[in-house]
Amino acid sequence: MAAAVSHKKDPLIRIARRDSMPLWKSVLVRVIAVIASLLVAGIIIYLLTGASPLNVYKSMLQGAFGNNSANYSQKTWQTIRDTMMLLCIAVGLAPAFKMKFWNIGAEGQVLVGGIVTAACMIYFKDLPPVLLFIVMFLGSLLAGALWGLLPAVFKSKWNTNETLFTLMMNYVALQLTSFCVAKWENPVGSNKVGIINQGVENQQGWFPAIFGQDYLLNVILVMAVTVGMFFYLKYSKQGYEISVIGDSQNTARYAGINVNKVIIRTMLISGAVCGMAGFITVAGSSHTISTSTAGGKGFTAIIVAWLAKFNTFTMILIALLITVLDKGAIQVATEFNISKDMSNMITGIILFFIIGSEFFINYRLIFRKKEKEAA
Amino acid sequence: MGGFVTLFQQAVAFGTIIMFGAVGEIITEKSGNLNLGVPGIMYLGGISSLLGAFFYENSTDNPIPIVCVLIAAVCAFLASALGGLIFSFLTITLRANQNVTGLTLTIFGSGVANFFGGSLNQLSGGVGQLRVPATSDAFRAQLPGLSNIGGDIGKLFFQYGWLAYVAILVAILAQVYLSRTRTGLNLRAVGENPATADAAGANVTLYKYLATCIGAGISGLGGLYYVMDFTQGKWANDGTIESLGWLAVALVIFTTWRPKNAIWGSYLFGLLYWVYMYIVGISRASQELFKMLPYVVTIVVLIIISLRKKRENQPPEALGLPYFREDR
Repeated sequence: MAAAVSHKKDPLIRIARRDSMPLWKSVLVRVIAVIASLLVAGIIIYLLTGASPLNVYKSMLQGAFGNNSANYSQKTWQTIRDTMMLLCIAVGLAPAFKMKFWNIGAEGQVLVGGIVTAACMIYFKDLPPVLLFIVMFLGSLLAGALWGLLPAVFKSKWNTNETLFTLMMNYVALQLTSFCVAKWENPVGSNKVGIINQGVENQQGWFPAIFGQDYLLNVILVMAVTVGMFFYLKYSKQGYEISVIGDSQNTARYAGINVNKVIIRTMLISGAVCGMAGFITVAGSSHTISTSTAGGKGFTAIIVAWLAKFNTFTMILIALLITVLDKGAIQVATEFNISKDMSNMITGIILFFIIGSEFFINYRLIFRKKEKEAA
Repeated sequence: MGGFVTLFQQAVAFGTIIMFGAVGEIITEKSGNLNLGVPGIMYLGGISSLLGAFFYENSTDNPIPIVCVLIAAVCAFLASALGGLIFSFLTITLRANQNVTGLTLTIFGSGVANFFGGSLNQLSGGVGQLRVPATSDAFRAQLPGLSNIGGDIGKLFFQYGWLAYVAILVAILAQVYLSRTRTGLNLRAVGENPATADAAGANVTLYKYLATCIGAGISGLGGLYYVMDFTQGKWANDGTIESLGWLAVALVIFTTWRPKNAIWGSYLFGLLYWVYMYIVGISRASQELFKMLPYVVTIVVLIIISLRKKRENQPPEALGLPYFREDR
């Protein structure tokens, strides 16, 4: 019977899921993907500018880490600062994504965190510095948590689509930011908030420099969250509940986990960490608030968190890669007199390659065997 | 009345952009693909039409309007469909996550568009210098005969560039396709339950590919309309297309995945967006709060449809989920 079923050939290529791949192999696949994407990007840059790709990559590295002793430290610290912000958001998204809750709303959660921080800097600047910091910190956490709470409540109660809900919340936050910018504008009519508390004696609400480094506090805070989140997800009971729900809500219910409670709790944490990213950005680096405070990083962080498979330490590497590319592309654009938006184009190409390479880690291709077997 | 007429005209012009975007995305989502790359796709559509028109107009002394239109429209459609193809290849063939791929497409599209837009501006001597007057005029031509109808009726209904009417036509065609044809039924089946559709003999992969690419092409026409009609053939790196793209995604929810609702829904979004200009005595800060309205309304609609649980208003059952035949 079996022989009579079909004389059709097997398909040329079959796809089968891999059980697992040794670590070195999966790293190798990703490295190959990054190299391939850099080659493609290099060819595109060459076609557009006529500059040798090698020179382009050299100036990219210089853009990220400086090209002389004068700006070496400054550029490197800027790269570190931006990496930390991206990392902070990605770490915030990790618990939500692990639960398979698509929190696309990081952009908005960062913005509301930033708004609260800026508001504290403007209205409470007479508080003692330590108290002001605590108020700013807690305020931004609360704001971000609230922004994450809303979609979570509706998701848990009525299964409202969270991807679309959180996406919309971004734009509510964005308009709220425009509203605040127009309210706090300084000087009047500029439609900009300007650097808050600049020139004031104490620069209230600014992160203090530690060991002479302006951004060291950013690094300390973000690394603390990164390490904390790693252990929370991997070794705590709550982290375990999150991963059970992520695998199967039904299993979680059967095991007696209160799914609704965990969804709400996890989104509070996720939103709060994203709100903290807003706090770090406003108080620790830009000292102002604008509609570009989040600047698309909320979206980029989604990709970072996803590619890192929720491992917060892997996120450091990916966040660093993307930030270096971004800084480098801006440098290339200035040097070769082309539009700096090239950085988004290159980032896009590289991410396409990395996303595509996941396939070869999760699946293997089986080519059709020679005819003799069929005969 | 005069105030309302102007508001309505602005709303229609604004609505046409997101109507294209939303109708394309509805077709995509009906196949179960949640493509969050709509803003990127609209960027691709906008910039390629501009590039095509720019090089054609610079290569000839007397650009022929019909050729201008053809070049711009074909460029916009193809470039956007190519964006859809990248998305399809990564999510369908390489089985990548749809949200992540879509967001990357948005980053990529905005990068490509603003890069070439900025470079074109430089080529032609600075921001605002880039012009494609002949093509833009051709796109803003009004319906012959009807545009002469005077009075408020004429102003309300007949004084738009012809693409505004094409948008309505496309929405109607998409509705008829989805609800009245056999392949439309198959497409909906693919989006609701791909395994069943597969068992019934529909080629799931093919449906998903075609719906995503054609849907992206239609979304890209929104970018075409924005560049050629709304901003009259200029390019500004100001991120407007991106916010319009997300509004188009919002509109898809608002219409409960029905293209016919996009016709009035998009104009309603336009009214909500512009209404602040006609409310007397509000500050500039409060105006920004009014611009929140379309998004807030979308959230409310999203909540209501999940509360009422009417089956016909739900998102496609398999929206955002991958389909691998071997995984069952």
